[in-house]
Amino acid sequence: MTTVAAASSARRIAWARRRRALRRAVGDFGHSRSGLVGLAILVVVVAFALAAPLIANHDNLDPSKTLDTPLWASPAKHGPLGTDSEGRPIWDQLVYGARISLLVGLAATVIAMVIGSAVGIAAGFYGRWTGAVLMRLTEWFLVIPFLPLAIVLAAILGPNVRNVIIVIGITSWPGTARVIRAQVLTLKERLYVERSRALGASNRHLMLRHIVPNVSPLILANTTLTVPIAILSESTLSFLGLGDQQKPSWGRMLDEAFSNGAIGQNAWWWYLPPGIGIVLVVLAFTFVGHALEEVLDPRLRERRS
Amino acid sequence: MSLRFVSGKLLGALGTFAFVIVFNFFLFRVVEGNPVGTLFRGRNLTEAQRAELRHQFGLDGSKLDQFWHYLVQLAHFNLGRSYETNATVISEIGHAAWPTVVLVGVSTLLSTIIGVWMGIVAGWRRGSWRDHGLTSFTMATYAMPDFWLGMLLLIAFAVLLGWFPIGGISDPASTATGFSKLLEEAHYLVLPCATLTVAYLGEYSIVMRSSLVDVKQEDYLVLARAKGLRDALVRRRHAVPNALLPVVTLIAINFGFVLSGAIAVESIYSWPGLGLATYHAIRAPDLPMLQGLFLVFSASVIFFNLLADLAYAYLDPRVRTA
Repeated sequence: MTTVAAASSARRIAWARRRRALRRAVGDFGHSRSGLVGLAILVVVVAFALAAPLIANHDNLDPSKTLDTPLWASPAKHGPLGTDSEGRPIWDQLVYGARISLLVGLAATVIAMVIGSAVGIAAGFYGRWTGAVLMRLTEWFLVIPFLPLAIVLAAILGPNVRNVIIVIGITSWPGTARVIRAQVLTLKERLYVERSRALGASNRHLMLRHIVPNVSPLILANTTLTVPIAILSESTLSFLGLGDQQKPSWGRMLDEAFSNGAIGQNAWWWYLPPGIGIVLVVLAFTFVGHALEEVLDPRLRERRS
Repeated sequence: MSLRFVSGKLLGALGTFAFVIVFNFFLFRVVEGNPVGTLFRGRNLTEAQRAELRHQFGLDGSKLDQFWHYLVQLAHFNLGRSYETNATVISEIGHAAWPTVVLVGVSTLLSTIIGVWMGIVAGWRRGSWRDHGLTSFTMATYAMPDFWLGMLLLIAFAVLLGWFPIGGISDPASTATGFSKLLEEAHYLVLPCATLTVAYLGEYSIVMRSSLVDVKQEDYLVLARAKGLRDALVRRRHAVPNALLPVVTLIAINFGFVLSGAIAVESIYSWPGLGLATYHAIRAPDLPMLQGLFLVFSASVIFFNLLADLAYAYLDPRVRTA
């Protein structure tokens, strides 16, 4: 009876501590001006992407259905953002493109984080052989130049959204794996881990109860810093013609603008909006990531104060 | 530097290269079960022609035989023939290498120098208006896709202002020789080079800045000031040389990214280097060419990482013993 009471109260204490930490983290994040700006931009862009069917017309993406709209119309002639060389309104492409760009950025990041965290935790936790082999593998992937590898993979797998996600995901994990491993190596030596092991905890218990909860803030901060890189990668792959030919993303819009001579026509309404969209989203994720890093990483918190 | 350290690094680089070679093989032969099918997608080939092509590409026999065949060819620098031009891949790459070396070399040099300088200015007076201005600028360039930056520069300086040529590496109709020819070619280099420089100086600036901020807290700087050295002298003699160390590694790490950036930027400016070759190989699609380019890109990145490791050890005695 007493043990049960002790256990539940220990759990209660732990939860109270977590709630306090969360409240403090949210409060700290609120002090970061750039973090809040980034968050605001993201909320707006995500809202636009989610509301795409309400504020844009999907039919307008198909050139065979835009026969009665003017070609190369500037925003003054055909609002709100003009049309492209085939008469498709830029606005509809931009809104639906946000969906693909965000989807690829987020989904690829999830893949990269799962692989990176798993490899990083395993490499840090199991020293010796497993760790050495995993680290060697990570180093190899770090050295292979990202874009050529991604190009080769995308060319072999074929250009569609799913493959672009896979390609970016499996080429973006090594940096995370290295950061996580370094953190796990120091965590492993902490007294509470040693104590838990002395009490007879299994590796599984140690990993799930002590290591994973302690690296998860790091994983979160890393996630927000990987998304912008994934979005930039998507735009580059699409620009090189390795994106989905059926679905517009911001990178694909820039590819079409460039290859259809938007530069010669100086159709600024075509090549500016997707680029600005990419810059805004990348900046927003970077701001949020750095703010999170400062909130969640005790070392940075000390340096700042 | 001990022999053991150097040979260790050398072996590591060779191991990585071996991995790339094996990886390259698997990428093209095993992941894609039937490269001949992919390569000649949509063409009518008789079974005899298919068998002949499979033989030509070394795709008959067991996987082990194929791997051996691939290694033997590689040892003879035989990377196959381009599917587009039917010239050997190695000669195509040889032609395209020089423009890329010039472009990547000049832009890396410029972005390092300018980026480090910006990092020093920003980091030495942290929180000043200069720091804020420079940090905003580097954040903006970091967030831009490099090809979009290239497009914007192309529109502004070539299309609207007409100061620079729209693309290419030289004027085929030009009769200039000697120095004026060089000057003319430099004119073509300006925009692609400026694009890559601006796209990558941000990282140098950020790393240099944070490294300088760290160094500023070191005791030897306090001592240098206590000796009564002028601020500029403290910066030049004591702070900057030590803060430069992380930049050395970054140059090598960035090299892979600059090569990638060169792929997009070269295709915008029709700069006839490895990047444009990659762009054409993607659009074709020309798998033998892609495979060869991938190998060359990887090899050069591995080589520069090795150089950086050695340079770092030479510059920082603490690393040598590790």
